Amino acid sequence: MRYIIKKFFMTIITLVVVSFCVFLAFSVIPGDPALKKLGMEASPELVAQVREEMGLNDPLVVRYYRWISAFVKGDFGTSYSYNKPVMWLIAGKIPNTIILGIMAFLITVVVSIPLGIFTAKHENGVIDRVISVTNQIIMAIPPFFSGILISMIFAGVIRLFAPKGYVSYKDNVPGFLWYLLFPAVALALPKIAMTVKMLRGSVLDEAGKDYTRTAYSRGNRTNEVLYRHVLKNAMIPVITFLGMVLADMVAGSIVVEKVFDVPGVSTVLINSISNRDYPVVQTIIMGIATIVIVINLLVDIVYCVIDPRIRIDE
Amino acid sequence: MKNNNWKKILKDPYLVAGGIITGLILLMIIVGFFWMPYEPTKMNAAEKLQGASLRHLMGTDNMGRDIFSRVMYGSRVTLMIAIGTIIIGAGVGTIIGAITGYYGGMLDEITMRVIDALFAFPSILLALVIVSVYGIGWVQLLVSLGIAFVPSFARIVRGEVLRCKNMDYVENARLQGVSDIRMIFVHILPNIKGVMASSILIGFNNAVLAEAGLSYLGVGSQPPYASLGRMLSDSQQYMTKSPSYVLGPGIIIVLMVLGFAFLGEGIRRWK
Amino acid sequence: MEVILDVTDLHIEFHDHDLPETAVEDFDLMLGKGEIVGIVGESGSGKSMSALAIAGLLNRHAIKKTGRIMFEGVDLLTCDRKTLRSFQGDEISIIFQEPMTSLNPVKNIGWQVEEALFIHHKEIKKEERKKRAIEMLKAVGLENAEKVYKMYPHELSGGMRQRVMIAAAMIGNPKILIADEPTTALDVTVQAQIVELLKKINRERGTSIIFISHDLSLVSQLCERVIVMQQGNIVESGSTAEVFRKPRHQYTKKLIAAIPKIEL
Repeated sequence: MRYIIKKFFMTIITLVVVSFCVFLAFSVIPGDPALKKLGMEASPELVAQVREEMGLNDPLVVRYYRWISAFVKGDFGTSYSYNKPVMWLIAGKIPNTIILGIMAFLITVVVSIPLGIFTAKHENGVIDRVISVTNQIIMAIPPFFSGILISMIFAGVIRLFAPKGYVSYKDNVPGFLWYLLFPAVALALPKIAMTVKMLRGSVLDEAGKDYTRTAYSRGNRTNEVLYRHVLKNAMIPVITFLGMVLADMVAGSIVVEKVFDVPGVSTVLINSISNRDYPVVQTIIMGIATIVIVINLLVDIVYCVIDPRIRIDE
Repeated sequence: MKNNNWKKILKDPYLVAGGIITGLILLMIIVGFFWMPYEPTKMNAAEKLQGASLRHLMGTDNMGRDIFSRVMYGSRVTLMIAIGTIIIGAGVGTIIGAITGYYGGMLDEITMRVIDALFAFPSILLALVIVSVYGIGWVQLLVSLGIAFVPSFARIVRGEVLRCKNMDYVENARLQGVSDIRMIFVHILPNIKGVMASSILIGFNNAVLAEAGLSYLGVGSQPPYASLGRMLSDSQQYMTKSPSYVLGPGIIIVLMVLGFAFLGEGIRRWK
Repeated sequence: MEVILDVTDLHIEFHDHDLPETAVEDFDLMLGKGEIVGIVGESGSGKSMSALAIAGLLNRHAIKKTGRIMFEGVDLLTCDRKTLRSFQGDEISIIFQEPMTSLNPVKNIGWQVEEALFIHHKEIKKEERKKRAIEMLKAVGLENAEKVYKMYPHELSGGMRQRVMIAAAMIGNPKILIADEPTTALDVTVQAQIVELLKKINRERGTSIIFISHDLSLVSQLCERVIVMQQGNIVESGSTAEVFRKPRHQYTKKLIAAIPKIEL
C-alpha cells in the first residue's frame, strides 16, 4: 500500500513537471498571441488591451497556474483558427483515437502472448526460427508503411474494406470497428514482434532458474511448470514493456490515423501544428502526456499485484 | 587469428545479411553524392506515374520525377538526420548522464525526475511539440529528434557510471588525485563503450523510423526536396495505379532499418 | 534390511558438445528402508548428477543415461514419464543447495508446500491440505507456521527457506528424500540445525535419505554408510566408521585430512 501511495505521489510530481514543461515550451514561442488573435492590422492600443484581457502580462507562474487549473476543470481554451473552444474541436475525435489505441493494444496482447510462449516452448525449432526472422523484418517496417501495404492488399486487391472509407461510430458501430481493425493491425504489428521476442527471452530465462527444477521435482508436467510457475515470473518484465506499448499506441496512432484517414485527435494535431494553433496543440499534447503518465501508474499497480517482492520492499 | 574472425563473421547469417543490406544502402547513398540517374526535383509531364522500367528503376511519380533518384536523395537526408540525431542524443545524453551519475545528490534527483518525465513521453510527441513551436523544417526536425533521444542515453550512461563509480580501479585513480573531469572521461566512459555501441545501433534505427514517421506527417524536409516519409504520404493516393511509387521508398526505409537490426542482432549473438 | 532403491551400473553422458563428456560411470547404490547414505566428493565428482538422475531430473535429450534405477519394481530410467512423475514429489523428493533460488519468488510458502499434495492427491480438500501444510511447517521447526504459510520466499532467511523446502519435499511422506548439498549455502550454526532436522525426519518417519555433500564431517555426523566419488567414479564405499578409520583410497585420505580438526 505504501508503495502505491508513493507511486501515486510520484505520478503527481511527474504530471506537474511535464505540464510545466509543456506550458513553458508554448510560452516562449516567438510571436504575440494577442496579435495573432486580432490579425496584423490591429491597432497597438487594442493589442495592449487584449493582452491585458488574456492575462499575458502576468508572471509566468501565475499564467501556468491559471492554465493548469482551467485544464484540470476541462476548460482547454479557445482555438485561434476556429475561434471555438478546443473541446468543441476535439470532442468527437477522441473516441476514434482511444478505440484505435485500445484495439491495437488488445491485438498485441492477444497475439503476442500465445506466440511468445509457443516460440519459447519450441526453442530453436523450425517455427521458432521462422518467427524470429519474421519478427526482425516486421520490427523494421514502420506502421505507416505497413498501413499502406495493408490498404494496398486488403482494400486494393481483396477489397475487405474501402480505402479511406472511414465509417463513423455514430452511424454504424460494427462498420466502424471493422474499419478500425486494419489501422489497429498496422499499429500492432511491430509491437507484436517486440513483445514476442521479449516474452520468449523472458520465459527461457525463467525456465533456466532453480525453482523450475524444484517444480519438476514435485512431479509437475512441462505445461504445468510453464503455466503454474514460469509464466507469472516471466510476465513481470513483459508487463512493464506492455505498459510502454500502450502509451506508445496513443502516440503511434497519430501516424496511422493519417494513413487510414481516421478523423482522430492526431488529424487535428497535425493541422493545428501547421496552422500554429497553439491552444489546440498544447491541449492535445498535454492530454496524451497525461494518458501516458497515468498508464505508467497503472503498470506500477499491476506490478505490485503480480510481484510480491515489491509489496514489501521500501 | 584475423582470418579466423572473418570466417566466423561469414558464418553468421545475421552479420552477413546485415552487412550486405547496409553495404548496398550506403553504396546507394554515397553514389548519390556524385551521380544520380536524374535530377531528383526535375519534373517531366510526359512521363507521369510510370511503372518500374530500365529507364526508371522505380518508375516515376505524379509529377514525372524519377523515383529512384528521389529515393537516393531522400535516404541521404534520412541517414544524415538519423546520424545527427544520434550525435545530439548520445552526446548530450552522455554528458548529462555522466555528470548526474558521477556527482549524485540533489542535482541528480532533479535531473532524473525531468529525464524520467521526458522518457515517459513518446519521442514522436516531443518532436511534434518542438516542431510546432519552432516551425517546420529539417533543422527543427533534427534538433527535436536529438532532444527526444537525450533521455534514453542519459539514463543508460547514468546507470553505467553508477555501476563503475564504485569499482576498485576508479577508487584507485581517485586516491591518486585524478580530477573529476579526467575521471569521467578517461577512466569511466571508455568502459561503457560496449553498452553504448548497442544503444547507438538501436537508437539509430529508432531515429530512422522517427524521421520517416515525422516526414510522413509532413513536418520534415519540405517540398520540392525529397524525403522518404513525404514520398510515401504523396504516393498513397496512387497506390493502386502505381505500386512502385509506394514500394520504392517504403522498401528502402525497411532495408535501412533491417540492415542495422541484423548487424545489431549478429553482434549480440557474437558475445 | 529391506532394499527400496537399487541403482546399478549408472552411466551418465553429456552430448552437448562435439565430444561426449562422461559425468558418472559405474555408479551403484543400494538404499535400505530408513537408511541414511552419504555421497561425498568435490564439485564435478558426479555426486549431484547421480542424485538428479535418481530424482528423474535429467531429462534433456543431450543427456544419455544407461544402467538401472530400480524403485518399487520399476526402472526409473526406462519407465514412461507418467510413472516417473507419479513418484516425483510423492515417493521420491529432493531438496537443493540453493534455498534462496529454489523456491518460486511469486508464490506464497503455503502454495509451494502444498503443491505436491495438490498434484498427487487431488482427493484431498483445500482445507485439509492447508492443515497438513501448517503441520508440516511446524514439524520442520518453523515457529508461527500460520504466518509463514502466507509469506513469500524473499521474506525468509536462507535457513528458513531450506526448512520450507524440506517441508514441501516431505508433505507427501516420501520413501526417499534426496538432499543435494542442502547446507552448503548456509551458516555453520544453521547447517547443524538442518542436519539435526534431517536426522529427526529419518528417525520419526523412517524416510530413507541420500545425503550429498562435499563435507565429510557432516556426512560422518549423519550417515551410517558413505560413498566417496571422484571424477564420476566411486572410489570407495562402506560404513562411515570404517571408511574413516581405514581409508583405502588416496583420495579419501585427502578428504579426511582436509577436515579441520578441533584441538582440545
